[in-house]
Amino acid sequence: MARIEIDGELHTVQDGNNLLSTCLSLGLDLPYFCWHPALGSAGACRQCAILQYRDADDQQGHLVMACMTPVQDGMRIALTAQQARQFRRDNIELLMTNHPHYCPVCEEGGECHLQDMTLLTGHTMRRFRGQKRTHDNQYLGPFINHEMNRCIACYRCVRFYNDYAGSDDLQVFGIHNNVYFGRFEDGALQSEFSGNLVEVCPTGVFTDKTFSAHYARKWDLQTAPSVCVHCSLGCNVAPGERYGELRRIVNRYHGEVNGYLLCDRGRFGYDFVNSPKRIRKLHIAGQASCSVTMATDKFHTMLQAADGVIGIASPRASLEANFALRALVGEDNFFLGLDDSEHTLLNAIHEVMRDGGIHSPSLQEIEQADAILILGEDVTHSAPRMALSLRQAARNAAFALASKLHIQPWQDAAVRELRKQAPTPVFIASICSTRLDDIATNTWHGGPEDLARLGFAIAHNLNDAAPLPAALNEDQQALAANIARALRQAQRPLIVSGTSCSSLAVIQAAYNIARALPESAPQLAFTLPECNSLGMAIMGGKPLQQAFAAMNQGLADSVVILENDIYRRASTQQVDAFLETARHVVVIDSLQNNTTEKAALLLATATFAESEGTLVNNEGRAQRYFPVYPVTDPVRASWQWLLSVMTDSPWAHHDDLTSACAGAFPELATIVAAAPGADYTVEGCKIPRQPQRYSGRTAMHANIAVSEPGQPSDQETPFTFSMEGTTAKVPPAVLPVIWAPGWDSNQAINKFQEETGGSLRAGDPGIRLFEASGTQSWFNDIPPAFQAQPGVWKVIMLPHIFGSEELSLQSPAIAERCPAVCALLHPLDAETLAISDCDTVAIRDPSGTLIMNMPIRIEKTLPPGLLGLATGRPELQPLQSGMLVCLHKSDPLATDVSEERS
Amino acid sequence: MNLTTDKSTFAGLTAQEIQQIEAIIDHYEDNNAVAVEALNIVQKQRHWISDQCLCAVAELLQISRTHLESVATFDNLIYRQPVGNTVIHYCNSVTCWMLGSDRVCEHLCQRLNVQPGEVSADGEFTILPIVCLGACHHAPVALVGDDLKLALTEDSIDEILGVKHRG
Ligand code: SF4
Ligand code: SF4
Ligand code: FES
Ligand code: FES
Repeated sequence: MARIEIDGELHTVQDGNNLLSTCLSLGLDLPYFCWHPALGSAGACRQCAILQYRDADDQQGHLVMACMTPVQDGMRIALTAQQARQFRRDNIELLMTNHPHYCPVCEEGGECHLQDMTLLTGHTMRRFRGQKRTHDNQYLGPFINHEMNRCIACYRCVRFYNDYAGSDDLQVFGIHNNVYFGRFEDGALQSEFSGNLVEVCPTGVFTDKTFSAHYARKWDLQTAPSVCVHCSLGCNVAPGERYGELRRIVNRYHGEVNGYLLCDRGRFGYDFVNSPKRIRKLHIAGQASCSVTMATDKFHTMLQAADGVIGIASPRASLEANFALRALVGEDNFFLGLDDSEHTLLNAIHEVMRDGGIHSPSLQEIEQADAILILGEDVTHSAPRMALSLRQAARNAAFALASKLHIQPWQDAAVRELRKQAPTPVFIASICSTRLDDIATNTWHGGPEDLARLGFAIAHNLNDAAPLPAALNEDQQALAANIARALRQAQRPLIVSGTSCSSLAVIQAAYNIARALPESAPQLAFTLPECNSLGMAIMGGKPLQQAFAAMNQGLADSVVILENDIYRRASTQQVDAFLETARHVVVIDSLQNNTTEKAALLLATATFAESEGTLVNNEGRAQRYFPVYPVTDPVRASWQWLLSVMTDSPWAHHDDLTSACAGAFPELATIVAAAPGADYTVEGCKIPRQPQRYSGRTAMHANIAVSEPGQPSDQETPFTFSMEGTTAKVPPAVLPVIWAPGWDSNQAINKFQEETGGSLRAGDPGIRLFEASGTQSWFNDIPPAFQAQPGVWKVIMLPHIFGSEELSLQSPAIAERCPAVCALLHPLDAETLAISDCDTVAIRDPSGTLIMNMPIRIEKTLPPGLLGLATGRPELQPLQSGMLVCLHKSDPLATDVSEERS
Repeated sequence: MNLTTDKSTFAGLTAQEIQQIEAIIDHYEDNNAVAVEALNIVQKQRHWISDQCLCAVAELLQISRTHLESVATFDNLIYRQPVGNTVIHYCNSVTCWMLGSDRVCEHLCQRLNVQPGEVSADGEFTILPIVCLGACHHAPVALVGDDLKLALTEDSIDEILGVKHRG
């Protein structure tokens, strides 16, 4: 700790920080542009100037940049000294000479860091009468608008995009007063994290294009705390609504999970909520219309008439909704609704997390790792935000060297210079090349069996007791020894694995490695397929195939399917047979899909944006999300539909379900504490979802009725659909919007953190359900090496950030960024088949039946004998990982994929 | 900024250029550092760097063309548009500005009948500003081709233009 004097007052502060971040941590207002807590200091904008005094007698002081000056014990500084204030005011006046004066028509207006800082410095009158430089803008793809005239040249965008996120298609061009931040030529930004530019840029140069399409000011948006539903990481998000439409997603800071940043799937995937495929009407087969009462009655009669009801759960629905289904159908009839292989993998991962005695790290902890092995995952595509954390972890050796050289960690450029001298060991063993290869010290490619074998070999190298795979070649042995050495030498080794390659052996090998590193407190992170995959594994239930069998054997004749397109989980024939055998098919879902088409009773359900619930992320953290806006009749939350037919149920409210669920499963015992319940109030008031200056409330429905309607009530959460009440001092789990007086932009978050960039005051949201305990015995089921067989290829599904996830695929902007469907093939295989890039192959099953035709892309890093295809694409539904297929060059006029389907 | 590119233009360079660039790659730790030298090699014969050449150099050095463009547009002496045979860089930093860089520019423009950045009708000259050339004590100054010309006056400018024209 250091004692420093700021404007005559003594403060005790952390050593080692820079003065800007220290002042912000103390709650002082000091303007800044180029510094960002995630990016460190650049000293480029000169906005954070303060006076530093040499000693107690110095009356004069000299100007220094707070972001570039380290805290030193006994130092004296002044923020409010006239000279410093004048400098900051002049600086902003100069920055503003080129900045347009049109905030009222700028999309950043009302949440603009430049506006905030300009007011903060007191520069409120324009004196400059000269011409402003203007630029042409570029087309940057479906996510981001470009408006270069608003640029103040702080360089944050390129520092984030290139240095932090590792992409190289955004740069700064030109020199001195004429710099341009853009691409070499028009085209979609290639980074999977481009959406963060919207928040990283302190002005309106980069804005959210999907938001533009239905724009509203921040102060006109209704918001509530929410959790991203598009992968297993559970990033915290703040969705905004107006006029009953979900308008956008922005980051909601979480010190342990997403920090300041989201991935593009999470930011731009929300539009599925507004999709034309949204189910907004109830439907009873054979009837023209259906009211809520009719639907409930029908549901009721079906259940009563049924001779056994199967419940199919959903890894994309909340614990509460799934629990309600389980209560309705009974434990024996509760099926998880996952494909068989996924079911097995999730159970295995759950067991390892619960009993394996290995810590499952948060993203923040992942960022601290000093040696990393990624086994079988292309993390950018299977758990995008984690890739960003791994990328930062790859700098840890440079940070360690910097500290030896007495370079402060926030001296960004200086530390980055050290990167080459101090590489952090990062090993990526994957099916084929990944988006993180540029940070890897070694990459290795193989089929799932071979990845597992490599993993087992690493474990054996670390501990003789771990089984050794037979017949490893010399290269594999050397690599295994090399990786084992790096992991053993590390202080915070990390193993990342997951479900992507559909291999139990890969997961078991990953565990063996972690288990073989007992002294160094290893961390083991798994990426999972969906937002509540782990929650469902904890709750437990039977495999889907058993549901099919039960129906077949007449053990049940009806089925209730909760938020699950089971056509994505099993073959069409199986699902058809299952649904045709069933006497009653009740489907509860929010978007039309193949399963909802088969429903005899279709109940329209709320999405994450209109309902509440608890999700368990990949780390084992239970997090609560809340409705941003009320659903409109006849749509209901899934849990409400289910409760409405449970006449003798003791539960009336969502909180009752949460408590009951916590009571029913010891591992979920603490989920109630994930966020305050519906009875939480601040000074007797519920928490407002609308900002105090929310406009138009009395007029927005005037086209329907001139009298102002009453605000919808909310019995289920601590929030109200209103602007009355206060958000001051509410715990972070129920903080609806990031805003503080004078700080309209999302950067107001510094007013809510313990210290800048640290945890949120009163604790980061969510409850961790597991802490490392116990130990499992060595897994020793080592698969034989993969042998490619002539004439036969093994299908391997590879996840992609855009397209593999069901809901976000229904957002037009995401759909636009989906790669064209094609199959990857090794060059040798292409040679055997006499095909080249873009040729079409016929994919047949071993009996010779045509499955589909597909264009080929030659991928030299894919192992021979494998056929790589994108996970989760509806076009590819007939193909599953592990399937064996035959390939033939198709004649050039062969039907393409889409024709094949229709 | 709406640049059109041919994406597979490695062949846009002459064999000699490729050879010269390859010869210097080893002088640097990192291919990014070769950028300026490589661009200079290409510019030597061609006087400027076309989009096609830029992409070819990026491909040759295996660096991102976006990064190379960033370097090329930062460097005052790399030209991304056609220029005259001789580029006159008049200094417009503070000392020269105080001592008449605006007049120098004006006179040059008027004599050659061009605006800064344009090529004179005979293809001989382009006028561009540049930052302090380190000759402030002789301000105003200009870099004419590779020669530094000091204490410029209208007469000396005419002489430079005339000599150049003749020579
Ligand atoms: S575009 Fe935005 S982030 Fe980039 S330099 Fe300009 S103001 Fe800064
Ligand atoms: S990483 Fe996953 S949870 Fe986070 S924003 Fe992206 S899709 Fe959502
Ligand atoms: S924030 Fe300190 S110089 Fe930019
Ligand atoms: S200002 Fe022109 S040479 Fe220095």
